[in-house]
Formats: sequence, C-alpha cells, structure tokens
Amino acid sequence: MAAHTTAPGVDLPLPKPRTKGTSRAPGEKSLVASPTTWIVWAGVAAFFIYLLGILISVIVDSLGRPWFDSWLPENATTDWYTGAWERFGMAQVIGVTLTVAISVIVLSVLIGVPAAYLLARRSFPFKRILTLLFLLPVLMPPITYGIPLATVMYNFGLGRSLLAVILVNLVPSVPFVIMTMTPFIEQINPTIENAARMSGANMRMVFQKILLPLLVPGILAAAVLVLVRTVGMFELTYLVSGPGSDTLVVAIYRAMTASGGGEARQLVSSMAVVYTVTMMVILIIALRYVSPTQLVARVKESRED
Amino acid sequence: MSAPAVGRGKRAQTTRSTASLRHRLAERGVDKSLLMLVPAIIFAIALFVYPFSYGVGLTFQPSLATQDQWGAGIWSNYVAFFRDPFVFDSIYLTMRLALPVALFNVLVSIPVAFKLRHRFRGKKALTILLVLPITLGTVLTAQGMLIFAGRQGWLNRFLVSTGLVDEPLTLVNNYWGVLFSLIISGFPFAFLLISSYLSGIDPSIEAAAKTMGADWKQRFRRIILPLLAPGLATTFILTFVLAFSVFPSARLVGDASGETRVMALMAYRSFGELNDYPMASTIAVMMGLVELVVIALVLLWRASMFKGSTGGKG
Amino acid sequence: MAIAASKFESLELRNVGRSFGGANALVDLNLTVRAGEFIALLGPSGCGKSTALNCLAGLLPLTHGEIRIDGERVDTVAAERRGFGMVFQNYALFPHLTVEKNIAFGLQMRSVAKPEIKRRVAEALALVKLEQHAKKLPGQLSGGQQQRVAIARAVVLEPRLVLMDEPLSNLDAKLRLEMRTEIRRLHQSLGLTTIYVTHDQEEALSMADRLVVLREGRVQQVGTPEELHNAPVNWHVADFMGYRNLIDLEVTAVNGDAVVVEGRGLTLRGTAVERATVGDTVRVAIRPEDLVVVSPSVPVRGGNSTTATVSVVEYHGREFAVGVITPGGQALHVRSDFPPAIGTAVELTASPERVRAYPAELVDPSTLSVEERELEEVRR
Repeated sequence: MAAHTTAPGVDLPLPKPRTKGTSRAPGEKSLVASPTTWIVWAGVAAFFIYLLGILISVIVDSLGRPWFDSWLPENATTDWYTGAWERFGMAQVIGVTLTVAISVIVLSVLIGVPAAYLLARRSFPFKRILTLLFLLPVLMPPITYGIPLATVMYNFGLGRSLLAVILVNLVPSVPFVIMTMTPFIEQINPTIENAARMSGANMRMVFQKILLPLLVPGILAAAVLVLVRTVGMFELTYLVSGPGSDTLVVAIYRAMTASGGGEARQLVSSMAVVYTVTMMVILIIALRYVSPTQLVARVKESRED
Repeated sequence: MSAPAVGRGKRAQTTRSTASLRHRLAERGVDKSLLMLVPAIIFAIALFVYPFSYGVGLTFQPSLATQDQWGAGIWSNYVAFFRDPFVFDSIYLTMRLALPVALFNVLVSIPVAFKLRHRFRGKKALTILLVLPITLGTVLTAQGMLIFAGRQGWLNRFLVSTGLVDEPLTLVNNYWGVLFSLIISGFPFAFLLISSYLSGIDPSIEAAAKTMGADWKQRFRRIILPLLAPGLATTFILTFVLAFSVFPSARLVGDASGETRVMALMAYRSFGELNDYPMASTIAVMMGLVELVVIALVLLWRASMFKGSTGGKG
Repeated sequence: MAIAASKFESLELRNVGRSFGGANALVDLNLTVRAGEFIALLGPSGCGKSTALNCLAGLLPLTHGEIRIDGERVDTVAAERRGFGMVFQNYALFPHLTVEKNIAFGLQMRSVAKPEIKRRVAEALALVKLEQHAKKLPGQLSGGQQQRVAIARAVVLEPRLVLMDEPLSNLDAKLRLEMRTEIRRLHQSLGLTTIYVTHDQEEALSMADRLVVLREGRVQQVGTPEELHNAPVNWHVADFMGYRNLIDLEVTAVNGDAVVVEGRGLTLRGTAVERATVGDTVRVAIRPEDLVVVSPSVPVRGGNSTTATVSVVEYHGREFAVGVITPGGQALHVRSDFPPAIGTAVELTASPERVRAYPAELVDPSTLSVEERELEEVRR
C-alpha cells in the first residue's frame, strides 16, 4: 500500500483497498485505480511484442532461405546481404545518404542558428510574421509544400539531383533548428553577454569567446536531431530523388514497389537491416546528446529524470 | 592601461543628426545585427514562399487533359477534385485512417503516461525502446509487418496454432495494416509528448487539490485535464499531421487502389505517375486546407477547455 | 596595492533621460560624481534606477542628455570601450570558464601580456579570498562565492567606475550583511568610484557616501545617508526610507514650522516640512522607532501624548514592535521596551521634530508603482 501522507485533520477518501502498491515513491498515490495498471502494462507489453516481432522477423528473413510455410527458415545464409549490396549499389546509396545528411546539418545550422539568436534575444518589426514564416513548414503536411517545391525544382532542371535532395530536406530542417535553438538561447542568461561587453569584448569577441562555446551543446543536439530526421525522411526525398540521388529509405521503398511485384523479399529485408543498423548507431550517438523526448519535439525533459 | 577611447566625442557631434535616426531605428529594434536573419529569410522565400505560391498559382492552370474532362477554365482542377469520386473520396479515406489513429494515440497515451510518470527501474530503457519505431520510419515498419503479420507470419502462426482463430487473419494489405502501422509509428510520439507535458505540471498543484479533499477522479477532471488540455491539443495535432500525410504505409501494407487510397497517395500519383503537376499541386493544397480545418477545430476545443499556462513547457 | 582605480576628476550626468517607446523610464537625471565616491541609486522596483545604471554602462543608449568624464563625452562610446566595470544582480559569470578565466577575460580582451594577466588575476583572487577556488567552474561555487568572483572580475580591470546592479539581492540575509562589509572594504581600500543600485534602503544607508532616491524615473532627493534618514524631502521618500506610519491629518495650529495636527483620534505636535496653514490636510510621517509606548524608562517627549489600543506585539530583540489602533481606527506601528498585553490601552509619545508633516497631494492610485499600491492595500 502506498504511503498516504497528507496534512493531518484533512478528511480524504482512502485509496481503494484493492490498490496493489507497485513500488511507488512514498506520498505519491496512483491517480488511476489498480485494474487499469494491469491493462496499461498488458497494452505496453503487447505493443512491444508486436514491435519486436516486426524487427526480429525482418532480421530472420534477411538471414535465411527459403522461408515460407514454417516457423523458421530452413537454412541460414548471408547471401542476401552480398546480393543486395551489389544489386542496389548500397555503397553508393549509403554515400548519398551521408552526404545529404551532413550537408543538411551544416546548412541548416548555419542558416538557423543566427536566426534563432535574433528571435530569442531581440524584438523587431514583423517579428511575429517572420517567426510564423519560419515555422510554417513544420505545421504543414510535407506533401503540401513538397509537391510545389519539387515542381519548381524540375522546372529549374534540378530534378533527381543531389542538390535537389539536399535543398528539399532543408525545408523542414531549418525550422527545426530554429525551434530547438530558440529556447536553448533563451535560457542562456543575456546579462552574460552584457558582462562580456563590460569586460571590454566587442560583439565579435562576445560571439567567439562567450556565445559560441555556450551554444555548442545546443547545436550538437540540433544537429543530431536533424541527422535522425534527414536519414529517415522519405516523403520529401522521394519527390525529387532519382537513380544516383536516392537515400537509403527511398532505395528500399523503390525495391519494395519495383514493377513486377518488387524485388525478392529477403533482398529488401537485408537492406532494411542495414538501414536499421545505421539508424541504431545514429540513435545511440544521438541519445548521448539529447533526451528521447527531444527526438519528437522541442519539449524539455522533465526534472525527475 | 585602461584608457579607452573617449576622444570620439567630436565625431559623434558632427554625425548627430544621422545618429538620432539610427537611434530611433535601434529603439524599434532595427540595426545591423538584423542581417543575421538574411540567410533564413532567403531560405524561407526561395524554398518555401516562392514554390508554395507558384504551386498555388499552378492549381489555376489546369492541364489540357483535365480541362478536356472537367471543362475549360481556371477552376477545372478544383472541379476535378470535387467531382471525381476517385479523388474526392480520398478525403474520407484519409480521415478514416488519420482521425482514429490520432484519437487512439492521444487517448491511450494519457493513462499510460500517468502509469509511467513516476520513476522506476527500466524507465530509461522503456523510453529508448519507444523511440525506436520513430527512427525506423514507416517504410521499415511496413516491411516488418508484411513478414510478421502476413498470412504466413509468426503472428498468424501463433494465433492459429493456439486455436485463437481458425483462419489466418488478414492484417496487411488492407485498412487494418495501415492503421496498425500508423499506430506503431505514432503512438510513441504521442506518448513521449504527453509524458513531458504531464511532467510540466507542478506536482504541488495536485497535492494542493489533494489537501482540499479532491479524489483522483475529481483531481483528474478538474485539475489535471484542464492543465493538460493545451498539451493534448498539440499532441493530437502533431500525431494527426503525421498520420494524415503518411503514404508509404498506405501503399506497402494497405490497399492502395481501394480502402487506403489516401490523399497523399493521390497527390503522388498525379505528380509522379501522371506528371500532371497542376492537379498534384491542387491535391497538395487541398490537403493543407483539410488539415487546417482539423487543426482549427482542435484549437477551438482547446480554447473552450482552458485559459492559462502549464508553466511554459512545450 | 597593485590593483588601483584609474582616476578621473568628475563624472557628470546632465539631463540624462531614457524613454521606451514613449514611456519615460528616466527623466532629467543630473548628478556629479567625484572620484572615489560611493553613490547609491535607491528606489522601489521600476523607479528607473537600473535603467540609469545601464545607460551609464552603455548597455542602453540615452534618449536625452549626456554623460561626461572630465568634460569629455562618454555616452557616445560603446559599452566595451568605456572602461567601466560592472557587477550584475545574477552574477552573470561565464558558465563555461573557470573562476580564473572569468577574471582574466577582460584583461585578455585588452591584450594585456600573459605574465601580467597571471599576476593581476592572482591579486584579484587574493582580494576576494578565493585563491583555492581558482580552477573551479562557477556552477561549483555558492552564491556568495560567485558574487565575489563577479566583483573580482570587475575590479581586476582597474576600472574608472564600478557599476553594481543589486549585487546582493540574490543572497540570503546573513551573507548579504557580510558581503556588504566586503564591498565597502574593497571600495575603501582600492579607492574605486562606485555606483550602486539597490532597492534596500538599509543597504544604501549603510554603504553609500551619497544616495540618489528615484521614483518613477525622477530624482526625488540626493543627499548623505543622514540627510535622507532624518529629513526626507517628500512623503514618497519618507515612505521609502522607513517612515512606516503615514497618516493624513488636519492642521489645527501653526507656529513657524511647529504645527499641531489632529484627526483619527490623534493629536500630535509635529514639524511642517513646507509652509502649512490651519485647516490644511497634511500627510504626517513617523518612523516606528520614533513613536514609542510611554513606560517608566520612556518619558513623554515634547508634550506629545496620545492613547491607542494594542493589537499586535512582535519581539524584535531588545525591543518590541507593537501594532496599535487609535480611537479613530488608524493602525500605527510603534516600539515599546516592554510587551504590552493585547487589547490594553497604551500611551504613545514622539518628539515633535520626528513627526514630519508633508503637504498631502491627492494621490491618484494609478500613478503609484505596483509596490506602492500593494503597500497601500496592506495598510488599509
């Protein structure tokens, strides 16, 4: 039973007798009664079983053949990997993916951080309109601006080029950097900049010696988040990429939907595993710098963690 | 050593009139440092404002094929959109997926987030596991579902061999496949967001309600829910946008020409397969509008729920 | 002592003003500061004292007036080139630099030679007694230590002028007293010209050579601590300087500046600050320390005697702070050397020169600052 600490003399309904206390901090009474606890845990468990099932079956699929009407494939093999590697030019696809990701990170940081600084620190005419303009791409479905943008790019002869893929990925990334960096800069005490000026530092020195070092963790977090998003971005990349500029996700999608029923399932699975492993590596690196919550939105991690 | 330049008074005197204009502008926040905004403004105009306006303009320049079929004139793309049941029905088909998914994600996240809001062992591992599907993305989830939940997959194998079902269930290549895939990628997202909104509510507020004799139902309905409402609205909107514009799963684990013919798919079809850019832009713009309507409704709900602040989170 | 202030003869502020989009935050500040002086800018929050300091520092441009040092204008010089040192309310230490590097920062900006930097940083650290914390980051220090680093960082530059913006307001009461002495010691030993902003009248009175009291952006009074303590020029200053009893009474007799005031069940002899005539309503200001309960050891002063009923008694060390209510329903703060029982009637006295009668201009509550309005509400 969870300890029940309230002010003496206050008449409180006691917790339901059937409440089985899981290991809760004293003084914290569960808000939801007990049967729901089990339902919640069962639901979470089912979700994870489904999730792991998906992951493991892809891995098993990519390592075995043939696998039709049985629990497990008959033989283990790594042929699918070598096959996929050659057939889809994986080395090149991974190269493209990394080039795109790194270019997008560098560009969106260079464009987004100065803007975020001004939005965080200053007020100026039309600030609200500009803020809205910078954030609009995040609020819209990617396709809504993606299709017109892709049309313009084809008109300019940029279609299927690496540059087009980089530019199209900038559209959600720059607002994202602005969104992540603005609150980060806001929490840096502005009087620190004043203190530096009073110590005799001019604006350039304030930036170089004081702001930049303080911004590094924020920039790192933003960069990692942009990396995760860009590598995983399908919708926009697919609109403008072509052979030679496909990123990994798009290459997998094309393999799955290739005319004639798609490539052999195991080939796709092995590509999927390569992608998953890449993502995991990025994720592990990412989680060293950012909290899981930040991966989905610019919400600060709660204090209790 | 500290004899800084004070000998600039003279120059300042002679340039006084311009200095005062510069000063007045600086009062309004206009000075040289605003140049730092230039790259971002160029970016926004070149990659967003211009293409988007161009796309909207394009919707009024229907292709000849569209004009042949739906009548000449600048509106014929829109006529086609509303008259062609193949296209128009996609609004309904999209909503039928996106709304239940967004609702499910938000409503289920609330009790789960409540259950998991206290510190416990393995919480960090659990959160990391939850992040997984977000990074996997829809394409990968689709591939996994085809294998795991297909007719020959482990799931059906398990259900049949334990006798829970007689026939393998059809869980992919239909409505349910897409629904599950959207939940898998959307639920963790919603959960993480709502957890962090929840942690943004000062626990002492709830404690205060407790000392005033409110039971957990009252506390939830009268205290937590109104405080959480803005967060719930935001989460709903974000998961809705996610589910609304997703299309790989509709194609890969759904029935792309039938019950999961979502708007995004129609836009891609016009763009990539038919090369009818004006029609593609029209569908894209209509997607934006439909989403706008849903967001407006959610914001109305939110406004009716709450007039205050959770304390600056999110 | 190697660290010493570089000198100037006088710092002159002429009609300095600052407005924010039409609202005046500071109006016509005129002040001449002599080298080595310790000046406190004092006032409730929102009175313009921080604005004045930031204008002086160059962090805010002036909208009116000019600032001169020995006749040369400095208000057109950028903040980083004025050669002033500044200590901020929230310390504003660079969180990514060690204590040592925080202090050295300004010297590096001035391209001082490395060995010289080393020597001066060591001296500054010794000055604030933080030698053993040199390699720590600001986050590892306590509030008081952080504030000492901030002070060392400002004085190591041997500034012509040190500006302090409520440097003690984030510290707890005990530390604040110690740091007060510390700052005063540094000021006296280094001969630093200091301008110190605070809202704490006690702090200002105990530290400064001269005080400037501001209210709503306007200077109310400039003077030595004694002048301000004993002779505030208007009731706003009196209110701010600790004259907690502010009562509107009617003048019933005048003899030179000696007046008799009556009302709310009170009759008091007092001193008119400005000319008063019989029938005027004046605002009478009395410090709680000056209005005392008559007891065997406290005789009636200057023929002033009035009775009231005890409502609250607080123990204040050697004496008791007593809340009383006059027959006319006016609540008063008084002192007593014994604890009177609640509900009993006591006799009060105050010497007439400590009962100050100010012209009571009619107050429109909307012109009062938030703090003043709050005080008004509590008083009622």
